[in-house]
Amino acid sequence: MVLDKEIATRQSYGEALVELGEENENVVVLDADLSSATKTALFAKKFPDRFFDIGIAEQDMMGTAAGLSTFGKIPYASTFAVFAAGRSYDQVRNTIAHTNANVKICATHAGITVGEDGATHQMLEDIGMMRMLPNMRVISPSDDIQTKWVIKEVSKIKGPFYIRLCRLATPIIYDEKFVKENNIKFEIGKGIQIGDGTDASIIATGVTVSEALKAKEKLEKEGINVRVIDMHTIKPIDKELLIRCAKETKKIITVEDHSIYGGLGSTVCEVLSENYPVKVIRMGIKDTFGESGRAEELMKYFKIDCDSIIEIVKK
Amino acid sequence: MKLTDIKELKKIANNIRISIIEQVYEAGSGHPGGALSIADIMAVLYFNQMNIDSKDEKSNLRDRLVLSKGHAVAALYAALAEKGYIPKEELKTFRKLGSRLQGHPDMEKLPGLDMSTGSLGQGLSIANGMAIASKMDSLGCRIYCILGDGEIEEGQIWEAAMTANKYHLDNLCVILDFNGLQIDGTVEEVKALDCLRSKWESFGFNVISCNGNDVEMLISSFEQAKQTKGMPSIIIAETIKGKGVSFMENKAEWHGKAPNEEEYNRAMKELKLEADKIENNIFELPGKEEKIWF
Repeated sequence: MVLDKEIATRQSYGEALVELGEENENVVVLDADLSSATKTALFAKKFPDRFFDIGIAEQDMMGTAAGLSTFGKIPYASTFAVFAAGRSYDQVRNTIAHTNANVKICATHAGITVGEDGATHQMLEDIGMMRMLPNMRVISPSDDIQTKWVIKEVSKIKGPFYIRLCRLATPIIYDEKFVKENNIKFEIGKGIQIGDGTDASIIATGVTVSEALKAKEKLEKEGINVRVIDMHTIKPIDKELLIRCAKETKKIITVEDHSIYGGLGSTVCEVLSENYPVKVIRMGIKDTFGESGRAEELMKYFKIDCDSIIEIVKK
Repeated sequence: MKLTDIKELKKIANNIRISIIEQVYEAGSGHPGGALSIADIMAVLYFNQMNIDSKDEKSNLRDRLVLSKGHAVAALYAALAEKGYIPKEELKTFRKLGSRLQGHPDMEKLPGLDMSTGSLGQGLSIANGMAIASKMDSLGCRIYCILGDGEIEEGQIWEAAMTANKYHLDNLCVILDFNGLQIDGTVEEVKALDCLRSKWESFGFNVISCNGNDVEMLISSFEQAKQTKGMPSIIIAETIKGKGVSFMENKAEWHGKAPNEEEYNRAMKELKLEADKIENNIFELPGKEEKIWF
């Protein structure tokens, strides 16, 4: 993990799109007047004939993407998560999920880490909404390297994906050294276990993975050994890994930049309550809207940062 | 194979109507009114206009239809059965458990369908995506999209209209089933469509209006749309909801209910009488009042 080099997953997304555009001419990109923020502008510059700015019309964008997919195109449709999942839920449900359309919804600016824009722009329900849809798969990558891999990987798998990306720049986790040392392999639907501590399993996704890893390092110095699970794929969830962690560790903690209702924490509870019931502590946003502030401040305020994780592990 | 014989097309439209009544009666539920109003449009599209082949139903070069008003699907199933995509016997399974013929079109279940629809307001966006894709790859496909008049109260329709204009989708032909009725009453009462023609014109469409229950006028309207370059076309097809069944005509209540046995028999009698008239070249002068609000 390279803590001092930070990059937002939305930036990684834009860069990956350009590479993917070179590799696969069927890849097309749609945006709803946010291309400079979602970073699809990078693709638009390189491939103007394969980029469609549908304007401030997210519902129309989702339908247009579905139509393009019926001709063998692989549309990546982007806007902020609050609009992708919220504004156009019916379109995503009926025109993309129900038809099993080969559309990749890449939603940026998810969670409270949007920061200063405040509650209306901080999407905290999207994982829940999207994972309830049949055919839809939900991925929330945690760093630059994983994001780039995910963006390319989903182009090879038919059917709809919801990919949750963030505004906040976060550390690079999966640099070459880290991958080698921890024997890490990326696979859709398989969580990544980092460390084999048995004091607790910290199951994180997206921006909270690096917070969990920081907590792990600090705790080790105090003789507390935890493992971190990067649960990048929330649907389909890696049941096997969850059950194993429940059996092997004393505590199960989930942490996410999302409501504790419907998201990663709920998913983990569903799996464990049916298969290996243990107590699960869910860290996340607790039935409240977000608010304005700096992303780092908000992570502390809503208790999804490194120090809050340490506190819960020690409790 | 393109069918140009007007009498044959009228027969097909009437067969579609008979099938709609049979399907809805058999199912015990469904949407006869808005299906009957588009029977002639379906006959002309599937037998005269669309470049399609029931033996090669997934050809990338085929023309596509998005029935945005998906509740009128009985008309579409009837046309697909007439065309040989599905066995006529299968129409009896409409809306029943395990059937490929879902209450609203489901392309995952029935391969002859170009798109699943049902939630109103979404079809035009999808049709745009298809039209853009066809242009990108120079496939030469024409994309047809049938909208209900009540349906255009949905805001997404107008988002999509702007997109069709932005990308100059002259391979897109929208058909507005202008029957003047929706569930809660007349379209005028529920949410007036004032200045319908100028609305679409101002959104960049080539607007063609015609009697949507007249096969000959429909053909010439579709041809006119085909010849229009650089902009999308919309055919405002003035139709009668429930067309062909006297007691269903212009009655909002027949939007979404099935006839009982007595009503079924009456409807079938009327439609069979109409079949005889078509066969024997007996034409009635159109007596429909001209709509004055567009």
